[in-house]
Amino acid sequence: MEADTLIKSALLALPLAFLLLSFWPGRRALAWLAPALLLALLLHWVLPTGLLAYLVSFAVFASVFALLSLGLNVHWGYTGLFNIGIAGFFALGAFTSALFTTAMPSGALALYSQQAFGLGMPFLVGVLSAAILSGVVAFLVGLPTLRLREDYLAIATIGVAELIRLVFQNERWLANGPQPLRGIPRPLYCLTDGPSCDWLPTFLHPLFAGLEPRDYPYLYLVLVSAAVVLVYLALEKALRSPWGRVLRAIREDEVSAAMVGKNVFAFKLEAFVVGAMIMGIGGAFYAHFLVSIDYGHFIPLFGTFLIWVMLMLGGSGNNKGAILGAFVIWGVWTGTAFLTDTLTPFLAAISEDLPARSPYLRYLFISLVFMAILLYRPRGLLGEEKTVSQFMENAK
Amino acid sequence: MDAQGQPILEVVDLVKDFGGLRAVDGCRLEVRRGTITGLIGPNGAGKTTLFNLVTGFLRPDAGRVLFQGEDITGLPPHQVFRRGLARTFQIPREHRLMSVLENLMLVPPGQLGERFWNTWFRPGLVRAQEEAIRHRALEVLEFVELAQLQDEYAGNLSGGQRKLLELARVLMADPLLVLLDEPGAGVNPTLMRKLASRIEDLQGRGITFLIIEHDMDLVMRLCNPVIVMSEGRRLAEGPPEEIRRDPRVLEAYLGGQYVAFEG
Repeated sequence: MEADTLIKSALLALPLAFLLLSFWPGRRALAWLAPALLLALLLHWVLPTGLLAYLVSFAVFASVFALLSLGLNVHWGYTGLFNIGIAGFFALGAFTSALFTTAMPSGALALYSQQAFGLGMPFLVGVLSAAILSGVVAFLVGLPTLRLREDYLAIATIGVAELIRLVFQNERWLANGPQPLRGIPRPLYCLTDGPSCDWLPTFLHPLFAGLEPRDYPYLYLVLVSAAVVLVYLALEKALRSPWGRVLRAIREDEVSAAMVGKNVFAFKLEAFVVGAMIMGIGGAFYAHFLVSIDYGHFIPLFGTFLIWVMLMLGGSGNNKGAILGAFVIWGVWTGTAFLTDTLTPFLAAISEDLPARSPYLRYLFISLVFMAILLYRPRGLLGEEKTVSQFMENAK
Repeated sequence: MDAQGQPILEVVDLVKDFGGLRAVDGCRLEVRRGTITGLIGPNGAGKTTLFNLVTGFLRPDAGRVLFQGEDITGLPPHQVFRRGLARTFQIPREHRLMSVLENLMLVPPGQLGERFWNTWFRPGLVRAQEEAIRHRALEVLEFVELAQLQDEYAGNLSGGQRKLLELARVLMADPLLVLLDEPGAGVNPTLMRKLASRIEDLQGRGITFLIIEHDMDLVMRLCNPVIVMSEGRRLAEGPPEEIRRDPRVLEAYLGGQYVAFEG
């Protein structure tokens, strides 16, 4: 067996172990590593290298969307907050983390690339700052709107999301809009490049020697899946508790929740901020994988609508469902790219300029999926569970 | 004078306008501690609006509400509730997609687990509290005879069972004064008797009630005194048998033709 297969399998084993851990949490965390490693080796053996690499990269994107969908689940699934401006927090997270981690452009680069600041901070600082800034913005948006009827929050969120996108599109000094902000550092990238990390002890170098730069998604999948699992476990704890019970009560009937002494506004604000912070983290992970981002990624159809479909399909009110939905819909979304490619000759036969509009066909397909979900499976693949509090499970 | 006679709730010259309509017009009334006070009056007399004003769901345009001698005018509903003044709604407002048991477990104030970080850092304490609350919720469910439905979605209960659930929810917080808005509406006679006897039990435990009710049998059996509201004001107050014979009350209910008929 070759060295690179071994290290890649080891890297792949971690996300698989995370997955097993979060769906069957009863076992000790480390107990899943051995079966996960076997599974990873099996995958390497069965699947062609190219296909596996594609799947890994697919899983990275799906995991990013799983974070966004988990955030929306706090908003909509639990609290009934109608946030149709996910793209705003998504963009905010992406650009914030980018600005915190890139270095300020200098020399010739500074002539064509501008940004408000570039702190060159580590990746985790970027992610943290993305979460905090998204939370602060959510707090400021929620403060005036969460006391009002729910439609006002919808209007405010969609407005703020567009505002954020347009600011990043037009303000050159801020993040090089409308040109992409480039050179966002890839965490742990040095491991694939030699390895050339100066913090890595020399005796560990041979371990990663088999990795090439194109294998980077394997490394990133470890990071992003760890984020998904951490967020998932933290949310499960927080939501399947008296806190989540109040949130669900607010979703079901706000007035009635106030009648039994709950400060509805405070809980809604908490949920809004927590969900937005998770969305910001999702944005940060998106930016660091893509290396270069611009405003165009955060249009409402992509940055908001797609995530709603994910949550609806997976099961609103169910964190596992939020993750599952992200993977399934990201699969459908990428699948429609193949589909529209296949359809191109037929589209050209109908009208010459139709193939150029095929990207919009993809949204049409997603919309059809969305309607089918609402008609035939309104509770999603994994519906919400009846009991909210985890503390009641072993009471029976 | 013993605590029995002291007013627990005082409504002073309360006014509420909805546009051009004055729903509550300088209403002034008292509920004495330990009583089951009835609040009756024709439709549109302002009874439910009065409840909404007292419990903080609406802000009065003028006047004051005193609970246990303290001014609670304009406090938000959750703060009014935490002082021990609870209410039910005319149309029950249970949390439909939550189980009956969790509808009750929601209620107790000061739950540690309502701060989400406590479930991360102090899960043991939250668990202990959850178990105590669950125990209490089961007791209350026994009391209103809904225990066999504890795992049912609240939305699946019948109309009468929902009324009991409303009462049960309120009891989870050990209230001092409970405002019931038409507890008997849409409830079959058997369940109604059950409800009435539960209310009397609770009175025995020291809870004061103010009840809006249209079912006169229930009012006559349960309430003393009875307050009559008409056109946003207190019209009369007294023991039920007195109220029943009060010509002003009959006139308010039946309009002028009653007087003409009598005369």
